[in-house]
Amino acid sequence: MNSLVALPVILPLLGAALGVIAAPYRWVQRALALTALAANVVISILLFIEVDGDEMLVMQAGGWKVPLGITLAVDRLSAVMLVVSSLMMISVLVYAIGQGAEESRFAAFNPIYLVLAAGVSASFVTGDLFNLFVAFEMMLVASYVLLTLGGRPGQVRSGMSYVVISLVASTFFITALALIYSATGTVNMAELSQRIPELSSGVRVGFSLLLILVFGIKAGLFPLFFWLPDSYPTAPGAITAVFAGLLTKVGVYAIIRSQTLLFPPDAQQGSFLLVLAGLTMVVGVLGALAQDDMRRMLSFHIISHIGYMIFGLALFTLAGIAGAVFYVVHHIVVKTALFLVAGLVERRAGSDRLSRIGGLVRSAPMIAVLFALPALSIAGLPPFSGFVGKFALVGAGIESDEWPIVAVSLLVSLLTMYVMVRIWSRVFWGEPGDPAIAEWIESDESRVPRLMTGATTVVVAMSVALIVFAGPLYDYARRTAEDLLAPDRYVETVLGDDHSDETAKGDDG
Amino acid sequence: MSVLLAFAAAFLFASGTYLLLQRRLSRILIGVGLIGHGSNLVLLTSGTGRGVAPIIGTADPSEFADPVPQALALTSIVITFGVTAFLLALGYRSWRITHDDVVEDDVEDRYIGRRAEADQVVEEEELAEREQAVEEDRR
Repeated sequence: MNSLVALPVILPLLGAALGVIAAPYRWVQRALALTALAANVVISILLFIEVDGDEMLVMQAGGWKVPLGITLAVDRLSAVMLVVSSLMMISVLVYAIGQGAEESRFAAFNPIYLVLAAGVSASFVTGDLFNLFVAFEMMLVASYVLLTLGGRPGQVRSGMSYVVISLVASTFFITALALIYSATGTVNMAELSQRIPELSSGVRVGFSLLLILVFGIKAGLFPLFFWLPDSYPTAPGAITAVFAGLLTKVGVYAIIRSQTLLFPPDAQQGSFLLVLAGLTMVVGVLGALAQDDMRRMLSFHIISHIGYMIFGLALFTLAGIAGAVFYVVHHIVVKTALFLVAGLVERRAGSDRLSRIGGLVRSAPMIAVLFALPALSIAGLPPFSGFVGKFALVGAGIESDEWPIVAVSLLVSLLTMYVMVRIWSRVFWGEPGDPAIAEWIESDESRVPRLMTGATTVVVAMSVALIVFAGPLYDYARRTAEDLLAPDRYVETVLGDDHSDETAKGDDG
Repeated sequence: MSVLLAFAAAFLFASGTYLLLQRRLSRILIGVGLIGHGSNLVLLTSGTGRGVAPIIGTADPSEFADPVPQALALTSIVITFGVTAFLLALGYRSWRITHDDVVEDDVEDRYIGRRAEADQVVEEEELAEREQAVEEDRR
């Protein structure tokens, strides 16, 4: 069972390598990519079941002993992230094949997409801080290429700032790693968890802030979010959905993992993170309100919801972290669904500019339904999963007596509702603002390929399924939070029983 | 030795940051490169200090320099190199499109900004009209 841990990384990479060889044959590439991602789904579910049976899975790559080799570890948090991300990756690939734009034009699309999948999985399974850097880079380099694949002026312009800001974040990460290594002599997360408490409190706080800075750039935390709404909307439709659903959440995952595992309770930046979370929520949603382009609106909106996740983490209580984990899972599915629908709207109406389109509820009622379900969920209306997530977070906030942030989060969820209503009334009600658009909608060319609608329906169905399974999922999130708040078990499982003796001997010598 | 390297890293970071804040793409690229070098240098010096090359059989293991930072630095150099190459290609593409290497503003941002200005103009006009109406009432 332990050797399964590496497969979510290896299979997509293998698929990518074979896909490069099979470049002239698009159908071979597609078959390879779909097989690799489908296998990933199966393996992730197996890992998920295994890990929830109270057994953490650890693998030392290449058989090197800790801490020399690269440790791969899957606990409850990693497992649930793997399941959700692999489901999203395969759905979006099907959507991209249906869309037929970038996917059929460029032979590089499928292999690079698989590298992205491998990078995302690697970030979730790694138990080594340096390897997390490598996983991030794998994911980011793939995302640079996917973002700028078309080579259109807008893509090149926004891709440029995206690459530069990511590269700066990466160099900060290297610097943070160097400082951590020189202070502790290891980059293995389990070992760091043992050694960081021995450092002086100032150094610990410094490391904690450095890592928040590095992962905050990836997650789009206030005030480090500015690159996100600029670059995401320019990517090809399907790709934006993956970026929006997964990439920022990898940053959030890294913040949750590093803050709970590496730092003892007295070095945690609770109130600082709460302030950041509040500002992230407010700025994100206000930014979304000002936009006229559906995908830009949704992109700003991602930022606002990153705030909710950080809010849950910043409480550092069982209920708070459980809420955050639940919210991450909910948000990945729902946001991906919304972006896929935005792609459908653009295809059907020929534009995603709110001032130009309208009246889609008559011409495309199916798209309207597909939009309404995740939109209501993200606005937090009962009984949708967004309501459960927000309810859990607000409950946790009240429990910890953090009234200001509770008030902010409720206000922001009201504004979220307003954003969604605005999209609804402009896109689905009324008449198209541009006569050319009205003509386009009537024409046969605006037909949406079945595969696109099908893939979107599947993702929307998953977001609806979250309502049905909200209870079990929340219980799972609570168990995850228990694990995260008691990192000893993680450390023991990764290092093994014999290792603690070895370090004791080493210290004597 | 270590102090010298620390100053070198600080210099690289400082000049890299300065270049990064410029408006010209070519300078930004050089700035990113310099910061990358600086961080790799910090990584390289994060080990336990001087020693002989860590090859088993050539010397006593206690005299070895710490091999881990060297391995890490090598990995990160390769990654920085790859990404910088991609960035240069992207910069070239950008130059081909615009024939200018000044980083452009976000078009959509400017559009939103103009809408805000337009709103303000309308608001001011409305205010002026209302004042006029009030004055007419008084008369």
